[in-house]
Amino acid sequence: MNNKKVKELKVSAIENGTVIDHIPAQAMFQVIRILNLENFENMVMFATNLESKKYGTKGIIKVSNKYFAPEEMNKIALVAPHASIIEIRDFQVVKKTVVEIPDKINDIVKCFNPNCVTNHEEVRAHFTVTDKEEIRLKCHYCEKITGKSTMEFR
Amino acid sequence: MKHKSLVSINDYTKEEQLRILQLAEGFEKNPVQRIMEDYVVASLFFEPSTRTRLSFESAASRLGSKIVGFSEASNTSVKKGESLRDTILTVANYSDLIVMRNPIEGSARFAAEISPVPIINAGDGANQHPTQTLLDLYSIRKTQGTLDNLEVALVGDLKYGRTVHSLVIALCNFNTTFHLVSPVELKLPRSVKMHIKEKNLTYHQYTELEDVLPTSDVLYMTRIQKERFSDPLEYERIKNSYNLHADMIADTKDNFRVMHPLPRVNEIHTSVDKSPKAYYFEQALNGVYVRQALMAAILGIK
Repeated sequence: MNNKKVKELKVSAIENGTVIDHIPAQAMFQVIRILNLENFENMVMFATNLESKKYGTKGIIKVSNKYFAPEEMNKIALVAPHASIIEIRDFQVVKKTVVEIPDKINDIVKCFNPNCVTNHEEVRAHFTVTDKEEIRLKCHYCEKITGKSTMEFR
Repeated sequence: MKHKSLVSINDYTKEEQLRILQLAEGFEKNPVQRIMEDYVVASLFFEPSTRTRLSFESAASRLGSKIVGFSEASNTSVKKGESLRDTILTVANYSDLIVMRNPIEGSARFAAEISPVPIINAGDGANQHPTQTLLDLYSIRKTQGTLDNLEVALVGDLKYGRTVHSLVIALCNFNTTFHLVSPVELKLPRSVKMHIKEKNLTYHQYTELEDVLPTSDVLYMTRIQKERFSDPLEYERIKNSYNLHADMIADTKDNFRVMHPLPRVNEIHTSVDKSPKAYYFEQALNGVYVRQALMAAILGIK
């Protein structure tokens, strides 16, 4: 049995909507949370721990009847830096893009510094991305760097 | 700069920083001027900091301002659970300018965003203390006659010392050569070195204080703070790394000056105090002039 066929069986094609491919398997649920798919009402299909030639394992999400603005989609680059975004119309791929880490991160990440005002007052952290390779986020408030290992999502 | 809060030293451009220093010179010549008689300054110290608070309050008083506020949070509504947001919005009704010290990092930025009156950050946890930086710049310029092209040695806790971080960042505008002296565990963090590299300036790292004395124009000493160490043994081992004695500075350059943000513990021996090269007490006095200049500029009086 060929792998590709199995994948197709696990997550069937959608008529219109967005396919998010090449999500690291362990980042699957974070991507769902970041895109707020938990509260999405149309059909959402996903599978994870699929075999991937490039990354070992991967996850895939298919969201029906929904197209994302690049700014919205780029938020997932923090956890899925190689994710590709495929726009489907009438079962056909009309556009394929790769996510990019944005210059600013708003709302979705918590500041790792327990003494930061965003962890004490009703105000959400926002960050400037100071290093897109290693992913280093500088908090607008306490000016401390939240990195990959200390990153927590809201 | 009228109405412009000062939270981080980088909020002010090099030109704005120099303008404050220039105004401060005027206040040094003439420190008692009744130009703030019609203003109320709120001095909100959520944690005690006697030196900074007295310096601000002295600066405001000599300009005729009224001062309201508190020197620690323990007997205020904060203790009752009031949010910082509510405290700031309330106090802004009673004052034209808020000077705030708060142990929570980023609190000053947050306050500046919600407050209808300007905020001066008098220290937010380990983050920023920009008026200290301005008074350091003022002291360096006054003793050296210039801020440009100096050899500045920074000694002690370069990892956690926020005054060091802000001063390094500010000096990056003036083609400084940095000599960084610290125990290996307390080296200047990468995030601060980044500023030096961005400007293509030179820095050297040392572990021995003696190595930097012959070449430096300014020796900026800092205290190694006990509270930074989770392991008390580690602190005991490191705390006596750097002790400056009078005989050590005998052969330094004529323009060499020793500075320290104070309070000192044992890193500068009292034998240094009598030397004309000791400058730390004058440095503290300069803080009053710089804070006068800053408040007058923000209120739009000067």
